[in-house]
Amino acid sequence: MKGVAITGMGIISAIGNTVEENYVSLVNNKIGITTIENISTIHSGEIKVGEIKKTNQQLVDELQLSTDNNFSRTAMLGAIAAKQAVQNAQISSINEYKTGLISATSVGGMDMTEAHYYDYFEDKNLVKYISCHNGGDVAHKIADELGLKGMVTTISTACSSAANSIMLGARLIKSGKLDRVIVGGTDALAKFTINGFKTLMILSDGYNSPFDDDRKGLNLGEAAAFLVLESDEIVKKENKKVLARVSGYGNANDAFHQTASSENGDGAFLAMEKALQVANLKPEQIDYINVHGTATPNNDLSEGRAIVRIFGEEKAPDFSSTKPLTGHTLAAAAAIEAIYSVLAIQNNVVFPNLNFKTPMKEFNLIPQTTLKHKNIEHVLSNSFGFGGNCSTLIFSKNE
Amino acid sequence: MRKTYINGLGCISAQETFDTLFLEKAEINENDTILAVKPPIYKDFISPVAIRRMAKGVKNGIVASAIAMKEANVATVDAIITGTGMGCIEDSEKFLKAVIENKEEFLTPTSFIQSTHNTVGAQIALGLQCKAYNLTYVNASVSFESALLDAKMKIEEEEANAILVGGIDENADYTTSLFKLAGFIKKENEVPYKVLNSTSKGAVYGEGATFFVLENEKKSTTYAEVLDVEIINKLAVNEVESKCSAFLDANDLQVSDVDAIVLGFNGDVEFDAYYKILSENSFKNTPQVYYKQLSGEYNTASAFGLWVGAKIFKTQQVPKIIRVNNLEKPAYKTILLYNQYKGIDHSFTLISKC
Repeated sequence: MKGVAITGMGIISAIGNTVEENYVSLVNNKIGITTIENISTIHSGEIKVGEIKKTNQQLVDELQLSTDNNFSRTAMLGAIAAKQAVQNAQISSINEYKTGLISATSVGGMDMTEAHYYDYFEDKNLVKYISCHNGGDVAHKIADELGLKGMVTTISTACSSAANSIMLGARLIKSGKLDRVIVGGTDALAKFTINGFKTLMILSDGYNSPFDDDRKGLNLGEAAAFLVLESDEIVKKENKKVLARVSGYGNANDAFHQTASSENGDGAFLAMEKALQVANLKPEQIDYINVHGTATPNNDLSEGRAIVRIFGEEKAPDFSSTKPLTGHTLAAAAAIEAIYSVLAIQNNVVFPNLNFKTPMKEFNLIPQTTLKHKNIEHVLSNSFGFGGNCSTLIFSKNE
Repeated sequence: MRKTYINGLGCISAQETFDTLFLEKAEINENDTILAVKPPIYKDFISPVAIRRMAKGVKNGIVASAIAMKEANVATVDAIITGTGMGCIEDSEKFLKAVIENKEEFLTPTSFIQSTHNTVGAQIALGLQCKAYNLTYVNASVSFESALLDAKMKIEEEEANAILVGGIDENADYTTSLFKLAGFIKKENEVPYKVLNSTSKGAVYGEGATFFVLENEKKSTTYAEVLDVEIINKLAVNEVESKCSAFLDANDLQVSDVDAIVLGFNGDVEFDAYYKILSENSFKNTPQVYYKQLSGEYNTASAFGLWVGAKIFKTQQVPKIIRVNNLEKPAYKTILLYNQYKGIDHSFTLISKC
């Protein structure tokens, strides 16, 4: 059996509150990029975001949290997605096996910190939010919501974070350290990140158009997604349905610049090469690449060059970025795209790369712009982040 | 299965730990609620231009990792794995304050760029031009142990022969004031701040950067073998002893095999019961060590604890300043470390002398 079994998935994003809703949006080009409503920012007129149209109060109600809770939005989104995943995997007794939780976040509880920063000293009732800034707080809250006791940790490598949590989870299963692990990531929109990306001048003023020659930058988004990975022993013993398998993973560092990617995409190249090696696959066996494709001038050029180096310019498989639909959801991006990769395998489809018009001058790489039906055995998914962090995952059909 | 050895150390802490043998110059400060690092001479390691741009966590991480690599005599590594609880909180503060105070206008990207949790790992990679595996863990007081566990797995998977592993956290003024408000840090009027048998809540906070070079081979610089690491999100006080003995069992060891136990006592009367239950029961006849009176409490202070453990092996002695009890052993071969923070994020780490 190749790879580690995926037995459950859960997601909340700008294009849907369940896996099914996300799939319907993906195949019907239902874009989730809109004007921001939940955060008051002076940039609201000039940016568009992939926002989940639920207020914090609605999320509190959905999770049935007590009024004195101190959940950040990041934690609430994460808890909703993780609960779905556990339910989807039909797990009734979470601690029956050696179970872990590997979460990922870049903002953690920043949404609460920035909302109350200078008010903490004035309003005693807000003090409870001070502890929720820590990235680990998000994972603890999710674990508590699941009733999970065991190994809990969190990864933060900016926009590649969740790819690394899926990779670590797969390794923990392979090594036998855990029997079951819930892996993924969560990030809520925050003024902090909106302004950060704004200062870097990589936010689009319209709708992001990955791999287009006239691309103007990214739309930020928020989301959470978690997957359940289980050992083959559990799968066999409980006759579990396997949705797909994590067959390959690679992590490399671009070692070029804190925020920019190298021109030749060295980190991306090494990550893809490693993932193929772990999966024991040749490049031509990849049927679809869910690219990182943020639509920043720098990312798409660097990623495209790396794809050319791995696959050859004329032999690149069908590829698309799903970020025109969801926005760039930072630490959650690789987790939602992992679920999209599994959906591509389950439904034998390549999702379209929307908003594409003009091919890039630097190479002959044209994304798939319409929904395409074909047999999909292997999907490669890229995620790259600040700090040169490059990660690639490969998902394969269960045989 | 391949073994994991600690072959080099680098430690920047509130004590002089980067060019000393083993805490011979250490001093306990019982009068301050915040302990700052004793800075090394940064320009010996980093160019003056770069120093100006870097937050102290990044600088300390770069220096500590360089010292560890020099000691282990490695020029490059196959993985860089860091842990940090609060990340680059100085730069996060700087950017957030600017966003709020300038009402989202007139912002510059520098502090945002450096605010991501993986900045230290990224800057080390950049400096070494190291394109290998690079990961950052951010789960409060198991951030460092997560990195250590990942590194051990990497060596066992034969994916790496030499790995840099480190824990980094830095103090930042406003966050410190919030931690005081929330009661995480001890109140100002309760001096002297003693870690053992404290009757007050909260802890004295600190900061630091502690790096280790882990390799699959034993060599002349080897301090210890890392036998096992376990992370548990939640335990009740009365579960600690059974969990601890299960961890020893899994490694075919008994309490009597442990030559010293390194405990993460931080002087918080609410949570030191987790350590006391081990200290007063299973391990009452074992030499006991504590260290947060020297390092202060911070999310990755347990990396300082592992540094202490490694130094005990090398010197075969436990300095008085870190002894909980007066017991001694003729030789120190096996050391167990246990840490938690506020009753969550528990870790057991087992090391042995080679």
